[in-house]
Amino acid sequence: MAQLKVLVVDDEPGIRSGVARILRSFHVTYPFMDENYTYEVLEAATGEEGIEIIDREKPDILLLDNKLPGIQGVEVLEYVKKKNYDIVVAMITSYASLDVALKAHDDGAIDFIPKPFTPQELKASIEQITKQQYLRRITHKLKVEGKKVRFQFLSVLSHELKAPLNAVEGYLQMMQERQMGDSISEYSSAIDRSLQRIEGMRNLIMDLLDFTKVSFERQVEKLQDVDMKELASLAVVTVSPYAIHKDIHFIKNIKACEKIWADPNDFEIILNNLVSNAVKYNRTGGTVTITVDCKDDEFIISVEDTGIGMNPDERAMLFEEFSRIKNDKTRNIGGSGLGLSIVKKVVELYHGVINVESIPDKGSVFTVIIPRIQVTNIKTEL
Amino acid sequence: MSNKVYKVLLADDDPDYLYQMAFHLRKCGYEVVAVESQAEAEQVISKMKPDLAVFDLMMESDDSGFILCYKLKRRYPEVPVILATAVARETGITFGLNSGQDRDWIRADLYLEKGIRPEQLDLEIKKLLKI
Repeated sequence: MAQLKVLVVDDEPGIRSGVARILRSFHVTYPFMDENYTYEVLEAATGEEGIEIIDREKPDILLLDNKLPGIQGVEVLEYVKKKNYDIVVAMITSYASLDVALKAHDDGAIDFIPKPFTPQELKASIEQITKQQYLRRITHKLKVEGKKVRFQFLSVLSHELKAPLNAVEGYLQMMQERQMGDSISEYSSAIDRSLQRIEGMRNLIMDLLDFTKVSFERQVEKLQDVDMKELASLAVVTVSPYAIHKDIHFIKNIKACEKIWADPNDFEIILNNLVSNAVKYNRTGGTVTITVDCKDDEFIISVEDTGIGMNPDERAMLFEEFSRIKNDKTRNIGGSGLGLSIVKKVVELYHGVINVESIPDKGSVFTVIIPRIQVTNIKTEL
Repeated sequence: MSNKVYKVLLADDDPDYLYQMAFHLRKCGYEVVAVESQAEAEQVISKMKPDLAVFDLMMESDDSGFILCYKLKRRYPEVPVILATAVARETGITFGLNSGQDRDWIRADLYLEKGIRPEQLDLEIKKLLKI
């Protein structure tokens, strides 16, 4: 038998004692849970008092009225969020306003218990919350073990792989059923789009191969002296068909550095991704500047473009897996959303950092800094 | 049946899915306003009242569809909304509109897994529009 602490923050004494009475004899079972859950109810009449009890008692569940005499319920919620407490919060209020509901939802409130409520309604909510709390703690445990991350990755991946298949399938069905008429020319845009989606899928698979290589195949034997100048030239050659098409001009500013002790594949991944992005997100007739520099204690690779740039919000999500910046300017640019997350992973293997500076409509500079001292001590696992 | 042409607002960030859906719905006789983002959908909502809306769940953010449901229902409580997503089976996040609790949260009239046949979607829309 496990006991969960429930804190009720409400200025109406009737609500508080009602909750205490209803939950006194209530318990929740769940097939996956090892034991039953019972409840101990704590009470607070104001948000201030609530916060005090939260700090002291660390309750598991918080039932929160929004309209309180002092600070409001959403502020208590913000506090819980800020402190990163493992507390499931339900608001006991009706949808007072959409803004409050949305704000509370954003801050992590998982439920709304409309007031007034019947014992059955409260019990149903508490049961739901208990299960969620249980699942949340389990997922947290899994996350610590790294399983959750992989699961999420796979689920997003399967979504990303299915979307192009669905698109192509949709177009083929339209053709099969002659929905746009009998002439093949009616279908030319459907065919073009299908080919583009297939191309996108191919790129995703290529990136995915890089990703698995980086994630799972670290081999110390592959380390060798790597010439950055060579790799930079290679990256330019790789992207040149596209660059010619967009009339992009390259400036290579490469210092004669000592070689770096590394897996050449890794630095190929870094340079290829940064250089091809610099072309992809550039304006027609733009410039890409590749700089390789070495200081006493670090290698610096920077790739600068004269492209569409990003705002700070967009920059913040840049290195997340499958995050692609979606706006009018990027609409027609294809990408898997994996490239930069791979680059970041690789850079981190070498104990390095990647930074980005960007001005919307002016361009972006990506800078990779790899410490030299650390290069002898490459991580073999992520 | 009346000759009224019903306006359907369609929001999905997959341009091909959007194109195909819009194509099918136009074929079924609807007037379709198709947009690729939550932001555009919000603009449309502020300017016109559709007779029905179909929103993809994940667009700019993971809950774009939810937010759009709220915003549309706030402005036009009577306009039916269909929330479409392909995510449930893959993530294990399931939610339906069968329990009262979910209905409180998800301000949609119907929840659909993507991949539904166009005829079926047409049928569901007709049911919601009561035509």
